Amino acid sequence: MRRRVLPGFGISLGYALTYLGLIVLLPLAALAWKATDIGFEGLVRLLSAPRTLAALRLSVGGALVSALINVVIGLLVSWVLVRYRFPGRRLFDALVDLPFALPTAVAGIALTTLYAPKGWLGRWLEPLGIHVAYTPLGVLVAMIFVGFPFVVRTLQPVLASLERDVEEAAESLGAQRWQTFFRVILPLLAPTLLTGFALALARAVGEYGSVIFIAGNMPRKSEIAPLLIVQKLEQFNYAGAAALGVALLSLSFVLLVLVAVLQRWSNRWTEQAA
Amino acid sequence: MALELSGLYRRFAGFQALDNVSLSIAPGEFLALLGPSGSGKTTLLRILAGLDYPDSGSALHQGEDFLATPARERRIGMVFQHYALFRHLTVIENIAFGLRVRPWRSRPSRTEIRARVDRLLRRVQLEGMGARYPAQLSGGQRQRVALARALAVEPDILLLDEPFGALDAQVRVTLRRWLRELHEELELTTIFVTHDQEEALELADRVAVMNNGRIEQVGSPEVIYQQPATPFVCEFIGKVNKFTVRSGGEGFSAGGWVLEDAPWHGRFTSAVAYVRPEQLRLAVPSSLPAWEARLRHIYLAGGVAHLDLHVASLDLAIEADVATEDLSRLGLQAGNVLRVAPRSAVLFPLDAQGTPVNAERWIWQARSPVPA
Repeated sequence: MRRRVLPGFGISLGYALTYLGLIVLLPLAALAWKATDIGFEGLVRLLSAPRTLAALRLSVGGALVSALINVVIGLLVSWVLVRYRFPGRRLFDALVDLPFALPTAVAGIALTTLYAPKGWLGRWLEPLGIHVAYTPLGVLVAMIFVGFPFVVRTLQPVLASLERDVEEAAESLGAQRWQTFFRVILPLLAPTLLTGFALALARAVGEYGSVIFIAGNMPRKSEIAPLLIVQKLEQFNYAGAAALGVALLSLSFVLLVLVAVLQRWSNRWTEQAA
Repeated sequence: MALELSGLYRRFAGFQALDNVSLSIAPGEFLALLGPSGSGKTTLLRILAGLDYPDSGSALHQGEDFLATPARERRIGMVFQHYALFRHLTVIENIAFGLRVRPWRSRPSRTEIRARVDRLLRRVQLEGMGARYPAQLSGGQRQRVALARALAVEPDILLLDEPFGALDAQVRVTLRRWLRELHEELELTTIFVTHDQEEALELADRVAVMNNGRIEQVGSPEVIYQQPATPFVCEFIGKVNKFTVRSGGEGFSAGGWVLEDAPWHGRFTSAVAYVRPEQLRLAVPSSLPAWEARLRHIYLAGGVAHLDLHVASLDLAIEADVATEDLSRLGLQAGNVLRVAPRSAVLFPLDAQGTPVNAERWIWQARSPVPA
């Protein structure tokens, strides 16, 4: 084997794999094992139930939409934070982390108070026919809230290291500003945007605390999959809860693999010549 | 005139990057902007490219106001110091970029773009590299992609910012010659920025030497080298020995070496003198005035030997260059004492405050040059 500056490849790989196994794989394996208790027929019945399908659709669909919105807004916010100097920038920058720090239940209750029909925002939206609290829209708002910092924090360092002369080169070659953005800046940021998207998506799919307060939790309408799991647990239906968990996990996994494939493609230009 | 710059000023927080810069550039000319870092040469180039704007002054391009034209409409090709290649695009896509972003009406057809890119790839000797990404190229190859990309839009003026700065010495010399040939072929007005005087003298038709935001001198490489206009140009271009001469009984002298018939008619009492290392005679007959200098060390650099001499009467270390083959002919060894005198010198008289008066420069030549 080639000699390296820092030794210890064997032991660190062993440690990393053991750790990954104990902390991540073992619980997941136990979950899958438990899920087999309901049998194949039980699984089909559970997953084809309209209530389950609606909850999965809301959780996964909402997470996708919220991650997409977060990518757009996160790009805008990190652009402003990195490219411009203005009073209060540091404070603004610190605020981005709040959704990380806040207990999710607190966030949920705050959002509910805000968007409730009599809340500060809700009272103005309600007459316009926009109902946020206790609807799927409220679920989306909560998901956007918790996913937002992931996009901003992954984008910031990459944006900061983006060379300005590339934009100048595009301009001197005759590119309009929108062409510089779509042909130069966006492709360079794409791998990072996808990372942010994946993180925000993963967070939103499994989000429980902040969502259940604002969702209203009406079956087949504004009920999320994690809530269904909790309900099954409360009814001591452990196998059902595990099976639903596995279903949610598989969906997330497929989505994340898709994102990873897309990311590899968008990052194809970094591969060095052999 | 291809380009007429007059009275350009540009101030950044705390320092004057351009201080009343005026310059005419002829069509097809190959001009070097030469100066140390912070001399304003890159600022001037960026203003020409439309990436920066002067606080005042004007720039006319074929009679039109260049400064009022946005960068994307100036028809310039810019090669950036670190190439600024689009690293997410292949070599072909990089070169085609300037054509592909054109509005639909003036954009060449797909096959036309492809044909033009192929021609450029041949021209910059990168055939077969078209599908690679910039990360898969060497420094010299990236540089040539950047050049091809700039040429693809068929610019009126080519601007290069330290084009060889990031390359190693051998690649640098090869690319330099190649760029000169390319320029002769295309006859494209080319302006390049460099801090390397050798590069500027070797490549350019004309050199503008810049210092502290001003142009110190503009001229052909020969003029810049042989008739420097200011002490700064003397010191910045090539190696030079510097000492002071004072007026005495029979003219100006320094440590036993005498210059006759100074042109200043007694208006100045001292002057600063610059002598290039190759302009020193090493075995002056005793009938002529000269310095007694001790040879402290010989540095052999291939065909040239640099001699480290010490002149006791001036208490000054000077450097003389001779061809290596002359070393043995003259029997030179460390420790020898030689009679040394300049063959020619550039002198600037000093006014009462000790400031050199550039307008009164005197280029002195020995009357009867004796071979070294």
